[in-house]
Amino acid sequence: MSIRDLCFISLCTLGFAAIVGTLLPRERIDSKGQHLADLGDADSFASTVQRVNEEFEQAWNQAKVKPAATADSLTLIRRLSLGLTGTLPSLEELRAVEQIPAETRINWWLNRLLQDRRMSDYLAERLARSYVGTENGPFLIFRRRRFVTWLSDQLYKNRAYNEVVADLISDTGLWTDSPAVNFLTVTTDVNGDEQPDEERLAGRTARAFLGIRLDCVQCHDDHLQGEWLQQDFHQLAAFYAGAKSSPLGIQDEETRYEYQYLGEEESVEVPTRVPFLETLDAEHEIARVRLANWVTHPENVAFRRALVNRLWALMMGKPLIEPIEDIPLNGPFPAGLEALSIDFAENKFDLRRLIRLIASTNVFRLDSRVEGGVTLEQEQHWAVFPLTRLRPEQVAGSIQQASSLTTIDANSHILVRLTRYQEGLDFVERYGDRGEDEYGETGGTIPQRLLMMNGKLVGERTTEDLANNAVTRMAAFAENDDIAIESAYLCVLTRRPSPTEFDFFRERLDGKKGRPRQRELEDLYWSLINSTEFSWNH
Amino acid sequence: MEDPNVCSSTAHLNRRTLLKLAGASGMGWLTPVSEILAATTEKSGDRNAPAKSIILLWLSGGPSQLETFDPHPNQDIAAGTTAIKTSVDGIQLASGMQQTAELMEHIAVVRSVVSREGDHERAAYNVKTGYRPDPTIVHPSIGAVVCHQLPQGNTEIPRHISILPDAWSGRGGYLGDQFDAFRLGDPDQRLHDMKSRTDKERFERRLKNLDVVERAFAKGRIANLEQERTLHKTMMNEAVTMMNSKQLRAFDLSEVRSSELVAFGDSAFGRSCLVAARLIETGVRCIEVTLRGWDSHVSNHEIHQARVQELDPALAALIRHLQERSLLDQTLVICGGEFGRTPRMNAAGGRDHWPHGFSIALAGGGIQGGQVIGETDPAGGRLAYEAGIPVENIHATALNALGIRSELELETPIGRPLKLCEGQIIPGLGRS
Repeated sequence: MSIRDLCFISLCTLGFAAIVGTLLPRERIDSKGQHLADLGDADSFASTVQRVNEEFEQAWNQAKVKPAATADSLTLIRRLSLGLTGTLPSLEELRAVEQIPAETRINWWLNRLLQDRRMSDYLAERLARSYVGTENGPFLIFRRRRFVTWLSDQLYKNRAYNEVVADLISDTGLWTDSPAVNFLTVTTDVNGDEQPDEERLAGRTARAFLGIRLDCVQCHDDHLQGEWLQQDFHQLAAFYAGAKSSPLGIQDEETRYEYQYLGEEESVEVPTRVPFLETLDAEHEIARVRLANWVTHPENVAFRRALVNRLWALMMGKPLIEPIEDIPLNGPFPAGLEALSIDFAENKFDLRRLIRLIASTNVFRLDSRVEGGVTLEQEQHWAVFPLTRLRPEQVAGSIQQASSLTTIDANSHILVRLTRYQEGLDFVERYGDRGEDEYGETGGTIPQRLLMMNGKLVGERTTEDLANNAVTRMAAFAENDDIAIESAYLCVLTRRPSPTEFDFFRERLDGKKGRPRQRELEDLYWSLINSTEFSWNH
Repeated sequence: MEDPNVCSSTAHLNRRTLLKLAGASGMGWLTPVSEILAATTEKSGDRNAPAKSIILLWLSGGPSQLETFDPHPNQDIAAGTTAIKTSVDGIQLASGMQQTAELMEHIAVVRSVVSREGDHERAAYNVKTGYRPDPTIVHPSIGAVVCHQLPQGNTEIPRHISILPDAWSGRGGYLGDQFDAFRLGDPDQRLHDMKSRTDKERFERRLKNLDVVERAFAKGRIANLEQERTLHKTMMNEAVTMMNSKQLRAFDLSEVRSSELVAFGDSAFGRSCLVAARLIETGVRCIEVTLRGWDSHVSNHEIHQARVQELDPALAALIRHLQERSLLDQTLVICGGEFGRTPRMNAAGGRDHWPHGFSIALAGGGIQGGQVIGETDPAGGRLAYEAGIPVENIHATALNALGIRSELELETPIGRPLKLCEGQIIPGLGRS
């Protein structure tokens, strides 16, 4: 045997071992392990939660509405998973979390999610939509995947949000080595001067980072509220005039920005000028750095409010102020917004702390239903947890997780993750991705129902497949019908069946064995996945 | 003392109550009396009867009026674009619109449309709804309004359909998500997910399972959860009806003669226009067919030449198809985009956004064809908003063509009654 043969055999052995290694059972969830949270200043944390709670209580008293009771722990766990990872908790996770004492169960789950790569990946995609949209963008010079991965890394490290945004606005370099510059390169006009588009960047900056639709005054002064002028927009755009694309990536140059205002005969040079809070605007030789410093300044109230409103929407299903990117600069503000915003700025723009704060408020933990039925007034004043339709990627992720007994996460086999990724893309495309407009009212549609009833993903996940499908394993291994029914409900709806539901499905399964029983369980699974409850956050 | 010209609070209350009743009746959004009246009118076969449907050929991106319906040959602003004669003396269209020009007697062009929106999204909203974007409310697009106001008849497939949609297909807005357009792609591809993966008996068994889960979920929630909020079962029922409907054949072009397909142009847009015409026969109320790619900030002429090559045969064949089947009178065809383009070319040989005088073409539905309304400045000057025809007037005229009172007020979710449209009917364009 030659050395060459030995090398080949060694290589094959190593490759095989690597594949087998990834197939071995993953580390089980340790329910006893403590997921400790660094709350920063614990006193101020409690104080902010109390202030938010008091503001909502005051709002409920003024509106004379009674808040709902606190939701049960399974409902809260589902909410947190959907809001922070875009998917349901697995049966494996639910079994583990139920081992935790009831009084610490939610915090244990929240802390676990905060350290989960799924959370940073999911939030990165949501934030990226507001930063660079959902289009593929210019070929080569815009790398969306690279951008989202970079953003996810920043979130995973819990880097201060102001620093992340400052990078987006002012970073230099190549789109591959300095992924933040993709914020600029996505706007490159490939059919024009092949340079970043100042106007699109100004619009993005105002909407995504400041919660203001300043681009509405791009062509004319504000006719709706009279608050903004066309100059406000273009003076903001002027900050980006010096950002130039070259083979070395994005660099800054001295460039004039000119614009012909509505009603004027000629173009004029537009100076760099921030649209409000000019006292926070400090001199800097590079315009983009100056802009980044102003946008992310701790006293820039618009910056902190914009993120709080967005994060609230991600976790609660709808923003405190709608539309999400139309926050009035001078109020009035709803309960909670200012208290959370101030805390966010005072605590170094710590996103994880903000997530914990929102999750710790009474509002987040309210039930979405009340005895005798919810009233419109209760909904209007956040006296119940809002009932909101899941976004397409949440539905896709939930179908995939519901059909697996174990958790699909970063520890899953590479093939599982790849399949999940492609399946998710296909599903979302068909379900109807609303792109950046993912916080507005979304309509349930006939194509969505057709996809859920007859589509490939649900079809394949609710038929016999012992290797992949939870329902097949339940049919094969559940000790009795009750355990099979309960497991199906926990997997799909993250709750146990009501007595009426139990009775109904017990009767369905009664006396059936083998293939007929398997089919009944598949039908149960299909029905749960096609229910209103599955497609809504509550 | 109440102003007699302003409807009283009593009238509002009655109207609101009626609308609530109509809404509560689920799919029958009209009151029984108006349903009967509307259905009787529809069956009358009267050439002067209101139109029943709309086909909106949506030119997404903002087509240049100069390279389509409003050429200014030999003027500086033409930048070389020439014009051709049409079947109506004195009316010219841009070169490339040859087939459409031959049918000019059926077509009216409003050349002085104006709006206050120069951003694609906002302008598309404006043109499709007749209202400018308002942070407090989402207005319904004209297709949703038509579906809301006209009876359902025997239609078993969605009555508001968007083929080849861009991001801004027609929305139900405050009328409800159930009025959103059903979106589908190139008719070359079969419709997805129309067949159950199980046999009928098992499928129905699954639906019965579902009822048990739905009842459990509804407990403790707002009254009338389904109609007020989720519309889940409503959409599901409509989906099931559609799955079993013979009307799905309208989407299937395999049985269409190839000569007919060729007449519409060998393009996704052409095929979609043919499907739109077939859908009209099934009772679909509004079909949007989108032709993208008009946003010509650079290379305006090249871009428009390519787009016009798709638009011209499809538009002409659509009008001919409807006319040959005596459907033109009952179908209003509207063709336009969110705005026009600047008369002056920019440095990149492109034209930029121009809401200050652009064209929308109308045909069928009782529209008096063979005429041009309004004009733009041959020197490229801006048409003053007050001198032009605002977008909402196109809406008022279209609704009038369909026998819908544009001034009808509906109660909106924000508690404010709102007219279907705040525009004025354009004199001399439609039926009086």
